[in-house]
Order: sequence, then C-alpha cells, then structure tokens
Amino acid sequence: MNKVQNNRAWFLILPVFVLVAFSAIIPLMAVVNYSVQDSFGGGVWIFVGTEWFESVLADERLHDALGRQLLFSGLVLAIQIPLGVMIALTLPTRGWLVPLCLIVLALPLLVPFNVVGTIWQLFARVDIGLLGHTLADLGIEFNYTDDPLHAWITVVLMDVWHWTPLVVLLCYSGLRAIPPAFYQAARIDGASRYATFRYIELPKLRGVLTIAVLLRFMDSFMIFTEPFVVTGGGPGNATNFLSIVLTNWAIERRDLGPAAAFSIIYFLIVLLICWMFYTAITRIGQADKR
Amino acid sequence: MARIVLDGVAHSYAGKGKAKADDYALRRLDHVWEDGGAYALLGPSGCGKTTLLNVISGLITPSEGRVLFDERDVTRLATEQRNIAQVFQFPVIYDTMTVRQNLGFPLVNRGLPADRIAARVGEVAEMLDLSDALDRRARNLSADAKQKISLGRGLVRDDVAAILFDEPLTVIDPHVKWQLRRKLKEIHERFHRTLVYVTHDQNEALTFADKVVVMLDGQVLQVGTPEELFETPSHTFVGYFIGSPGLNLIDCTLDGGDAVFRGGRIALDDDRLARVRGRNVALKLGIRPRYVEVLDRAGAETLPAQINDVEDLGTHRLVDLALGDGGPVIRAMVAEDAALPADAAFLRFPPERTRLFADDVLVA
Repeated sequence: MNKVQNNRAWFLILPVFVLVAFSAIIPLMAVVNYSVQDSFGGGVWIFVGTEWFESVLADERLHDALGRQLLFSGLVLAIQIPLGVMIALTLPTRGWLVPLCLIVLALPLLVPFNVVGTIWQLFARVDIGLLGHTLADLGIEFNYTDDPLHAWITVVLMDVWHWTPLVVLLCYSGLRAIPPAFYQAARIDGASRYATFRYIELPKLRGVLTIAVLLRFMDSFMIFTEPFVVTGGGPGNATNFLSIVLTNWAIERRDLGPAAAFSIIYFLIVLLICWMFYTAITRIGQADKR
Repeated sequence: MARIVLDGVAHSYAGKGKAKADDYALRRLDHVWEDGGAYALLGPSGCGKTTLLNVISGLITPSEGRVLFDERDVTRLATEQRNIAQVFQFPVIYDTMTVRQNLGFPLVNRGLPADRIAARVGEVAEMLDLSDALDRRARNLSADAKQKISLGRGLVRDDVAAILFDEPLTVIDPHVKWQLRRKLKEIHERFHRTLVYVTHDQNEALTFADKVVVMLDGQVLQVGTPEELFETPSHTFVGYFIGSPGLNLIDCTLDGGDAVFRGGRIALDDDRLARVRGRNVALKLGIRPRYVEVLDRAGAETLPAQINDVEDLGTHRLVDLALGDGGPVIRAMVAEDAALPADAAFLRFPPERTRLFADDVLVA
C-alpha cells in the first residue's frame, strides 16, 4: 500500500514554536549573545569567546555566594519539608475548621514578596519590631543588621513563614487523596501511628513531595526580593545570595558580559540540581523494579 | 475463633439522637454468626452490608446495640483490639514493601517471633500461589496478585475471631475469581474459620456460603441455606433477587377461595386462605420460572397464555409469556428438548411450588 506523504501538518505546530521562541528561546539567546561579547559603548561589540565565563567561574565572590545559596536552600528544605508534612498530618479532615485552617495557612502565600520583606524587616527590628523588641526584653540582643547569624535566622525564618504553607497545602491534598480503605486496613493489621505514616502516607505522598521539593528548591535558590529588602545582602556579604550579586552586576554596575555569563551558569546549576533531586526521588521506590 | 452475636445493633451515620427512622443505614438487628460458619451477606448496593461488616470489625461503632465475641462485649473496643481480619473491595497493599513483608505485616505489628512469622507467611503464600513472588515489591504486581496479598493478610493470622470479606473479588478477572472463590471455600473447609463474605453477586453468595443472609434497606430479610432461599423466599425481594431470572410475581386479589389476577385465577389451599382472609393486605403470587409448566393444550388448572419470545440459553430455554390477553408477564424455564406450542400456550402453576405473599412477606 502506498503511503500518502504530506508534511503540511507540521505547519499546525508552528504557533507553538512561535510561542516558545518568544517566551524562552529568544530571551535566552539574547543572554547568550551578551555573554560572549564586550562593548565599549557606541554600539561597538567585540567577540570575546569564553572570556567572561572563565572570569566568572574563577570569581571568589561568586564561589562564596554559591556556598551561601546552597546552605540557604539546604536549610530551607530541611526545615520546610518535614514541618510541612507534620502540619499537614495534624490538620483537621472535616468540619468547619478545614476551610478556616486552609485559608489561614494560605495567607502568607498571597503576600507580595517585597511586602514579606518589609514585614520581617519591621518585625525583627530591635527598636519597634515585635520580635526584635520582645527578644531584647528577654535579654537576648538580637540585631540582624549587625550580626550575620541573626541576619541568617531572620531570613530563614521569613522564608519558612512565607513558604511552608505551600508544602502543607500540597501534602494535605496528597493525604486527602488516600482512600479510607488504606487506613482501615492499617487498623485491621494493627499498625501503629508511625507504621501507618511510614508505610501508607509517606509512599502515597511521594508525588506531591517531589513537586514540593523541586518548587521549594528552585524558589529558594533564586530568592532575591525578601532578603534584599530585609538585609540588602548584609551585614557585610553575609546574606549576599546569587541573585543579589547578579542584580548588582547587571543593573548597578552594568557589567552585561559577566552578568550574562553568570546568568547562564546560574541557570545550568538550577537545572542540574533539579534533575538530581528528581532522579533521586523517583529512584527511591523503583530501584527494585524487576 | 468465636461466636459473634449482634444484639439489637442499629447504626445511623447521622449520629446518635439526630437520626430519623429513614436515616438508619442499618436497622435494629439481632443475629448470631456461629463459630466456623461460612456466611454470605447478600444484597443490592447501599443496603447496609458494608456497614454491618464494619460494625463487626469495629471500624464503625454502632449507634445502638451490642456486639459480642463469645459473650465478651466488644462494642466499644477498637478494631485493633478485636482480633478480626477484614479484606476490602479494592486491594490494599503497602507499596514500599515486598510481598513477604506485606503478608507478615499484621504479625510483625503484633510482635510475633520471627520464625513464627516466616512459617505463617510461607504457608499462606503457598495457599495463594504467591510463593514465587514473595521477594518482589508489591506495587509492581497485577491487580489480581495485589488482591491475593490482601486476602493473604487476612488469612495469615491464625487466631482471628472471624475473617470479613467486603466484595473482595470485584476487581478480579472472571477466571481467577472462580479459582479464588474455590480457594476460600477450601480454606474454610480446612481451617473452619468463621467467614463473612459480602457480595451483591448471588452466584458468589450461593456457591461460597453455608448460610446466606439477604439484606435490603438496612434490614435482614432472610437467613438460610441457598436452597431455602431458592425454594421458600420469605420476602418477594428475596425471591426476585435470588435466581436468574428471579421469581415471577403476579398481583392478585381474593375471590372466594381463589386468587384472581388479570388473565386467570387459581385455587388456594384453606390453610393459606385462613391466614390472609379479611386482612387488608396486598397479595402477590410467586413462582420460580423453572417450576412453571408450559403445555400445548388446556387441562385441569391451566391458564391460557401467549408466547412473546423464546431465548435459547444453551442448557435450557427461557420463555417469555403474557397471561391471558395481555396480562402479566411470566417467565418460564423449559428443557432444551421440550416441545413448545407455536403461539398460544397453557400454563400450569403447581400448587406446591406456588407461593403467596401478603405485603411482600411470605404466607407460609
């Protein structure tokens, strides 16, 4: 039988190509373009090859910022994921308390990022902030503008306050999706509360936890506004995260070449770590697939 | 093992005190499950079968009444303290465990020594043909195998008061279904556990159980052997629900000593007449399709009828008739080789096989 060859159907996916081109490929290529050129103004561009990449990769300040960033994301994940699961487990499952709890939990998610920063900037101040002032009254000298540790505590607490609810909501929806027969079977089998969590709830949460870990990692790794508002990267460089450094280069110093090279490396790191997380989590239960 | 007594048990999901009569998923019920019996709980969806099962297992605390295991009141005891096993409609397995760990889980939770657990798991796996799969992860198995694991977790404990099955074979392939049902029957014959098996499939109920409990609207209508249910249904619903096709039911009234209906009349014996005469009740005649005699000429006690349709089912034929001139529809089951009249037929209802119901309840 002769197959009719007709490739015109390919035109049907043209709109998608156009959309993706404008939303992702063209902006990204613009960044790539900057990352391999230098300019002394006047519209004169010089091709510099991998020079910017080499200088960026060798930059001590970036190494430090990357270390801080990894520490920050690690802390945020280590606190928010277990805390989110725990809160989701204790939430009520029926009655008028359910909508109340969910709305209260969702409120931080609705606050604009710079407002979150402002709230915590005020909240933690020693002179007028509720947290800072209370701690001072208790005899603890809390000063996030002076003490790097205090600055870190403030920034991490702020992120926990802002984003744990997301983990809670995801886990709560995951828990609600478990059919009641599983809990009934666990009772019949005499499983303890811990065993029920370990063998029923945790495996069934795998999907939502994967999403939660990826989202929280990406967001925390790219965090900018909140710490910028609260500490501005200080004291010294203590909370100077990658995005803050990048903004400083690109906007304030207008070092477009290094900033572009840095952006690409930044993007690749996020992609790489997400891929690692994803593979690790999906492997956990499937290594045994035979 | 134990004798399980339900003493005035009733349950409403609306909660105690708030429930109206209609709210009861389970109406007041007294029943004894004898030790070592194989029971089927049969009824249409929503009749309260599962509720009754959950009351026995303790997943539900009944709004009223008591549950006794061998004279011990367990009404308020939690499921895990009752020593009972239950298998659910959809397979429940512990995803991250191997088949072996799944089967052993109820025993591990109860702190049995490892060698006892290994021995029991081995036995049960043998029984259910799961021996080859013992070290595989349960999540990667087929639905059939998963449900076998669920069954296995019910069977693995040898000290349970009873094993309850809540439509366990719904998701199973027909041919495996048959095997598993036989397996359960075999297990019952070997170990004499008390088994309660919920189903809405009459074949399943009749082949599995020594005693079938038929439920409707939260009430138990009849408890009996499959034969009793077939021959003397105590309620029109039982007659209609059991048997395929179900009992023929004909609305009738009394006229002298006869039951009169559209298309004919038949004589009733004095005994039954005495029970219904003068009572203001709706009467119905009932007869099993296989007992309806289809004749080609009029005789004593015959009724004229029209043949609408004949369906050949291989082992027998199913004849669809209308009594008299467009009267009630009667279904008759006749042998493959029986001679059938072409069009006009005469029916005979053998009196000893014909049942009379007053307000849907059998007049014995």
